[in-house]
Amino acid sequence: MLLSDISELLACRVYTPKEQLPGVQIQFGCASDLMSDVLAFSRAGAVLLTGLVTVQTIQTAYIAEISAVVFVRGKKPNEDVVALAREKHIPVLATPYSMYEACGLLYRKGLPSTMEPATGVSAHEQT
Amino acid sequence: MTVPYSQSFVIEGRDFVHAGKASTEIKSILKSLGVDPVVVRRVAIAAYEAEMNVVMYAEHATMTFSVTPEVVHLVVEDRGPGIGDINLAMQEGWSTATHEMREMGFGAGMGLPNIKKNADEFTVRSEVGKGTRLEITIHIN
Repeated sequence: MLLSDISELLACRVYTPKEQLPGVQIQFGCASDLMSDVLAFSRAGAVLLTGLVTVQTIQTAYIAEISAVVFVRGKKPNEDVVALAREKHIPVLATPYSMYEACGLLYRKGLPSTMEPATGVSAHEQT
Repeated sequence: MTVPYSQSFVIEGRDFVHAGKASTEIKSILKSLGVDPVVVRRVAIAAYEAEMNVVMYAEHATMTFSVTPEVVHLVVEDRGPGIGDINLAMQEGWSTATHEMREMGFGAGMGLPNIKKNADEFTVRSEVGKGTRLEITIHIN
């Protein structure tokens, strides 16, 4: 899925150069506010959906080879976040949708998850 | 830059502004040396987790990074509180993180287990009240 299509689908505002978008191919979706989980479970080539708007989000994206970051619920990145994203050539976007809705829209379009279901927990397990 | 290559980085505890700088530089160096991208990602993640642990828990550390044609080697030696029970710290989800650390998206108890996952060889030595030494080896081929 092209990042430009994701941007359109999620009605994103783009904070880094828009010319980058059509050339970025996104293979997976990853959604978390926990950067530890992103480092542990993401795969290269994913888009990261997150509500955590910090410089560490961009550092994590760079380290984990995340192809683009989408901030949910219309959260605005500050200048430091955008400057680091530009330096590391990581596209940064913001969608007005909630995390749940944004994930749902991408999943419905067939974008697979970076994460496998956790092992050792049965879907039928009763609490 | 050519292989063999070695460089040391100083990491300061509580310096959240510069947290991740050493690891991102290590990643850039490995990319410029033409190392396999899969290996680069594993080293970068291990280095970043180790760096964030220093920033969150220790006072000061030195991270020494070296590359040979066969391996990437990282040694992180800190001065800090140390780890009382290494087996417990190696379990996913076990953490002593503060609210501030969690607000930054860290402190979920994934650090050491994630370093282990990305390393081919990983040793932790720690002395309570003195500090911790991590040694990480990742094979290039």
